[in-house]
Amino acid sequence: MTAPLLAVHGVKAFYGSIMALKGVDLEVREGEIVTLIGANGAGKSTLMMTICGTPRAREGQIVFAGRDITRLPTHEIVRAKIAQAPEGRRIFPRMTVYENLQMGAAAGSLDPSHFERDLDRIFRLFPILAERRNQRGGTLSGGEQQMLSIARALMSRPRLLLLDEPSLGLAPRLVHQIFAAIRDLNKREGLTIFLVEQNAFHALRLADRGYVMVNGEITISGTGRELLERPEVRAAYLGARH
Amino acid sequence: MAIRSRLDLAAALKDSVLAALLALGLFGLVVGIRTETGPVGALELFPRIGLLAAIVGVIFLGRFAFVLLYQGGFLDFAGARLASANLGTRFGGIQRFAGPALLGFAIAVPILFYENRYYLDLGILVLTYVMLGWGLNIVVGLAGLLDLGYVAFYAVGAYAYALLAQHTGLSFWVCLPVAGILAAFWGILLGFPVLRLRGDYLAIVTLAFGEIIRIVLINWQSFTNGPNGITGIPRPSFFGLPFIDGEGGFAERFGFEFSPLHRIVFLYYVILVLALVTNFVTIRLRRLPIGRAWEALREDEIACRSLGINTTNTKLTAFAIGAMFGGFAGAFFATRQGFISPESFVFMESALILAIVVLGGMGSQIGVAVAAFVMIGGFELFREFAQARMLLFGAAMVAIMVWRPRGLVATRVPSVFLAKRKIIPAEVVEGARR
Repeated sequence: MTAPLLAVHGVKAFYGSIMALKGVDLEVREGEIVTLIGANGAGKSTLMMTICGTPRAREGQIVFAGRDITRLPTHEIVRAKIAQAPEGRRIFPRMTVYENLQMGAAAGSLDPSHFERDLDRIFRLFPILAERRNQRGGTLSGGEQQMLSIARALMSRPRLLLLDEPSLGLAPRLVHQIFAAIRDLNKREGLTIFLVEQNAFHALRLADRGYVMVNGEITISGTGRELLERPEVRAAYLGARH
Repeated sequence: MAIRSRLDLAAALKDSVLAALLALGLFGLVVGIRTETGPVGALELFPRIGLLAAIVGVIFLGRFAFVLLYQGGFLDFAGARLASANLGTRFGGIQRFAGPALLGFAIAVPILFYENRYYLDLGILVLTYVMLGWGLNIVVGLAGLLDLGYVAFYAVGAYAYALLAQHTGLSFWVCLPVAGILAAFWGILLGFPVLRLRGDYLAIVTLAFGEIIRIVLINWQSFTNGPNGITGIPRPSFFGLPFIDGEGGFAERFGFEFSPLHRIVFLYYVILVLALVTNFVTIRLRRLPIGRAWEALREDEIACRSLGINTTNTKLTAFAIGAMFGGFAGAFFATRQGFISPESFVFMESALILAIVVLGGMGSQIGVAVAAFVMIGGFELFREFAQARMLLFGAAMVAIMVWRPRGLVATRVPSVFLAKRKIIPAEVVEGARR
């Protein structure tokens, strides 16, 4: 078996003196969709931020594409081809859609023809963004902002895309649309995706493998289908009765 | 808009009585009692009931009238009209003409007011603040870093020019870039410790920095001549030709009759060019990746970092470039005045420049220019009412913040537009319509 694209070994992270991650082990292999589910405050977003270097892991190791990125500053981690669509979208509200996408390309190559081609690809994936390209980010609807957030992350041509709760606050129809786009990216372009979700049902159906996080620790792991059928997962995250 | 409701006299009366009571409390001791030293040295109190009653009465009636007008919907109407007069969108349309028109006016000022030295001096002053406003706009308006100590860089530039010119005898045009570079260096020096600070905390530290520079200038007697300042700073020459009467002077060389106004006009055009350079550089930088990174930083620092932008370098360049233009303006100030002292670099100056940027609409070049013109011009206009000046200044600020909370020109002009046909293939747009 080849080495995983992203490997997280025994990572501990703190907010002040509070341990938010209590030694997390996790792997994402090339071409997979891996999802991390868990309740509010379990440490899912913290793990995602720790992979990106804010906060840094106090113990443990994060290896990406054979390179130890644990101690790198955030902007260099992104340059190593990990892109992130952060929690709460965090688009630039007063800048246009086009400018937002330009910012996404800031860490990518400087070749302008790349930018134009990437833009083309993004607009095929999210046609609505093409229509809105000269509109300010803050005037987009929630779903459009989420698409913009993902699109912006894609502009740096990442090998690994980190998505933090893309379904947060979206209507079911839009959730379907976003998840369809994620599947598309994975199947057609072979993009590796690490997805943090509270919407466990959707995420597990989409994912090749999944992890369940409770109080800063991984408690269960397995393929998406296995997890969907595990009674404790069903009870805790899918609202099903035994 | 129709008269909204029947007037509610009881409520208006109640409101007015409250206002009158408040006024009584506020003015009761301050105005109502006058103290004077009596014959044996003890204080004697003289009640001034009449004056106090008049003040309270005026406030009572004024408040009553105000509330009635408000209930009648008149004030609402006035407010709504003011608010809907959206300068921002109108500027969007006429900005193409407003910029060149203002520029044309600025170029023509020395011709229009040639005989009027007062207006020329005022023009120079306004342009100095336009330049300072544009310089600070890079830090505050574009990068979103609230800097309350901008005057420090102005001071560094002024002292750098004054000391260099006095000790080395180099000309203004040689010292100018040195002053700018020194100010930029101090900008970076300030930038490092405040990298992790934002908003209020950043404001406090920059405020302190401005004060530190001023206090060093006061106390470092041997270097800066302390509170006495530096006198006899070399005046600018016309590229080597001094503005003097007689042999080898500017007037004689060009066959003009000597006039002290020549130097003023020259200074006017120097500051105009310096300000325009500031503007031009800012506009160009905004279109470059670094300028866009500044704006993105203002919008969301965490998102910036997650997109691989080195926020450290981005902040430091904003501080450095903003400080550099402050330094240029400072050098100009020194050569114009011929005398500088720490008195000129007090916190009030920082506040004034920041007010220009905020009132102009953060990030808007033309808004800042208009705000500088209005503020500095307005200050001069009310010179005779020195006591009421700050009051009017405050009132103007409150008015702008009520009706135009994002500044005179609130809309941000995107730095790039995507031409419609250029990139989007037809089927993509079709797909979007489906």
